[in-house]
Amino acid sequence: MTGPVLEVRDLQVQIHSRRGVVRAVDGVSLEVPRGGAVGLVGESGSGKSMTLRSILGVLPPEAKITAGQVLLDGTDLVPLPTSALNRIRGPKLAMIFQEPMSALNPVMRVGWQIAEGPQVHLGFSRSRAAERAVELMYRVGIPDPERRFKAYPHEFSGGMRQRVMIAIALSCEPEVILCDEPTTALDVTIQDQILRLLAQLCQESGVSLLFVTHDLPVVAQLCQELAVMYGGQLVERGPVADVFSQPSHPYTLGLLRSAPDVEEVRDSLVPIPGSPPSLISPPAGCRFHPRCAFAEADCRQTVPPLRLLSSGRATACLHHERCLESARAEAAR
Amino acid sequence: MSATTALVTVPAEHAARRKAQWYRVPALMAGLTLLVIILFMVIGAPLLTSHNPDVQDLNAILGGPSSQHLLGTDQLGRDTWSRLLYGGRVDLQVAFIAVLFPFVLGTVLGSLAGYFGGWADLIIMRVVDIVVAFPFYVLIIALVFVLGPGESSIYIAITAVGWVSYARIVRGEILIAKRQEYVLAAQSGGLSHLRIMGRHLLPNVITQGIIYAMSDIVQDILAIVTLSYLGLGIQPPTPDWGTMIANGQNFLTTHWELTTIPGLAVVVTGLALSLIGDGLADLLRPGQS
Amino acid sequence: MTFVGRRLLLLVPVAIGVTIIVFFMIHLIPGDPARTILGIHATPKAVALLHQQWGLNRPLASQYWLFVDRLLHGNLGQSLYYSQPAGGLIWGRLPATLWLIVYTAVLSIVISVPLAMLAATRKNGVRDHVVRVVPLLGLGMPPFWVGLLLQYALALTLHIFPVTGYGSGIGGHVRSMFLPSLTVAVGLSPVVIRSLRASMLSVLGADYITTARSKGVPGRRLFVRHVLRNAIIPAVTVLGINIGFLIGGTLIVENVFALPGIGSLMIQSIFNRDFPVVQGVTLIFGVLVVLVNLLTDVAYATLDPRVRFDR
Repeated sequence: MTGPVLEVRDLQVQIHSRRGVVRAVDGVSLEVPRGGAVGLVGESGSGKSMTLRSILGVLPPEAKITAGQVLLDGTDLVPLPTSALNRIRGPKLAMIFQEPMSALNPVMRVGWQIAEGPQVHLGFSRSRAAERAVELMYRVGIPDPERRFKAYPHEFSGGMRQRVMIAIALSCEPEVILCDEPTTALDVTIQDQILRLLAQLCQESGVSLLFVTHDLPVVAQLCQELAVMYGGQLVERGPVADVFSQPSHPYTLGLLRSAPDVEEVRDSLVPIPGSPPSLISPPAGCRFHPRCAFAEADCRQTVPPLRLLSSGRATACLHHERCLESARAEAAR
Repeated sequence: MSATTALVTVPAEHAARRKAQWYRVPALMAGLTLLVIILFMVIGAPLLTSHNPDVQDLNAILGGPSSQHLLGTDQLGRDTWSRLLYGGRVDLQVAFIAVLFPFVLGTVLGSLAGYFGGWADLIIMRVVDIVVAFPFYVLIIALVFVLGPGESSIYIAITAVGWVSYARIVRGEILIAKRQEYVLAAQSGGLSHLRIMGRHLLPNVITQGIIYAMSDIVQDILAIVTLSYLGLGIQPPTPDWGTMIANGQNFLTTHWELTTIPGLAVVVTGLALSLIGDGLADLLRPGQS
Repeated sequence: MTFVGRRLLLLVPVAIGVTIIVFFMIHLIPGDPARTILGIHATPKAVALLHQQWGLNRPLASQYWLFVDRLLHGNLGQSLYYSQPAGGLIWGRLPATLWLIVYTAVLSIVISVPLAMLAATRKNGVRDHVVRVVPLLGLGMPPFWVGLLLQYALALTLHIFPVTGYGSGIGGHVRSMFLPSLTVAVGLSPVVIRSLRASMLSVLGADYITTARSKGVPGRRLFVRHVLRNAIIPAVTVLGINIGFLIGGTLIVENVFALPGIGSLMIQSIFNRDFPVVQGVTLIFGVLVVLVNLLTDVAYATLDPRVRFDR
């Protein structure tokens, strides 16, 4: 089969709160190629987690998908009822979360939490599922799996718990694993281990990853492609190396400048001035323009669409060449 | 003590005091309105009925509702409506007074235990554990038995048993409050413990006690009515709801209203107070989403 | 020291305290306890005999020792009314009360869980508000009144259940004890519903439920294995706190339904001025509460693995 395994088209998610309607995700489209890893980057409140959750259909009760499609192997998941979605969650699509302590059931033994998927979806017997769980624990690098099977989440360290989450995600051999900032809550050294594990699993089994994070170096380590979100919208897309060396949106440029870079030594970190936009009444036109150094009159008027630059690259900035210039000038220094 | 949730209450968030919006909480308004109506009816009893609740009229026993007797008469010809009103006076009066003593005693002991900690805390809390080991009604009834039936026994028994809940609540609140900055400031300013407890800690801490007191009044009303039903509480001929229910028992199949009506009075009063308590709790703990 | 072990240790001072309070009851009686109990017509001889039996002449401490010593030998004193050992009387009537307690707990759970579930899954809806307000009525209902009404409605009028009595055999017990248990459950359920609803709401919003949903765990399994299993923990604690109410409620209800339990024994003995029995029953009630609290703690530790391990 060819074509992307997962495709999101013009997704819109709205949240009804007391203060108004929050447009958490406003027309986002992206693709995850088979066997590839795509990073979804943005600051908190940019809508990246919401996007992920809408793919799986596990939004909080106040949030609803109001438009768009989510195509998994060509099938649209948005109109599916929960019973049908439940058959997909696990065998086709899985998710790992940011806070493994609160994301694991505190009163259920870890082994059985891993075994639950195969029991429910693959019809495994208890003993078969338990065996499978032990295999998985071994595969994700949990030492002494037979004994640890019976342990409870609070007996594990943060990094180990995240490995358990990964084991759960792998348990029914899904095609895509959605990762919601799984390394954010971990120590840097543990982060590295988990990322290597994910990369290894990706290569070995060919599972695709959609990896949400606000941390650029992490994306560099793990993903081939990257999409940048701001204010509920997608503002840039492309292969990681290209986007890093030639950012074509001022927000991406800002992110690169404000993040410590493993490879280059920067003289100073430059934070992006201003604060994230309100998603209830966003700025007119380009949502980034209040904070943008290159903003001009036309930026304030219409919302710039995401335009293809070359194959694989897209940007939502009307003046992306100036951005590119600025990045090159800096690199030359 | 009796069924209550206050023992599992989360300590109040001191920053969130929205007193200005109290009239917006529906439970609180409904409860207050109901309570005001009830209080008006029992306090204004002489205005609402011309009958004397104690007067017997053996020619008119067990009569149904009539123009003479709004709700009928009981087995001794006494007017039910006036007995209901005057009985309410007695029951509510005793209950409202009875709730004060445990409140005060419990708050004082709880403050001492929470503020000073150490031996005071250890001893007071052990006593609390011991008292709590007995079911509420068992202790109350045993105490009233031992002291002899009557109003003063009710006060003593309820005080002796009821203070524990307040002690626990206040102690819990103080344990948290005393770590706050303003207490440390007061202590380093050389204020005496008494002053700190009385002026600074207590006003903040007492709100949970007041919320609990609402459900406590309900429990006290139930206790008084139960004791009277058993003949150990308010003694005849003073009218009271419990005795009315007891008297009506024998006529359950023929005149069930004699038993039902006083009970309904208790339920409605309990509802009013519970709504107030719930409303206050909602107000002082913004837990709405 | 395990969790349960520590709990047991804490019970010792409480147990001692319980005996002290019960012992002291006799000294709260105004005037001469013996004379007050025996009444106006007591002969000096009878009064003196009682003084000797109860050791009222001795100093307080030795009286207490006498009391505890007798207790440890299972001697709860002699019933004045029945001229039998009080202990035997109480023991014989314990089964009925235990039935009532267990039956009430079961009924409370059966009533509360579905209602709490209803309220929690339709938060702030009409059903939620109804489930929150109606129990407030239950809180204000005097147990004996509820009992009387149930008797009237379901027993006297509709003849579905017997009016009073314990019945014979398991089937008979189940039928006869239904109304009394329901009476107490009506008072207990409001509290259990409120706390179950709150804990269900908090569990429903927890991250691990999102994880379970994302695993594709279907509705019923999700609810039982993940939601209920976690929500029940704080509810057990609340049930435990209100055990006093549960056990105390048996007192009056046994009276209304003429059940041969220790509660009705206590009330009868009060009217018979049978002090030793009253004292004995009070003590047994205290012991019952302490035991049930211990059971609740054990249940809590069994349900919540985080507590079991000494950290």
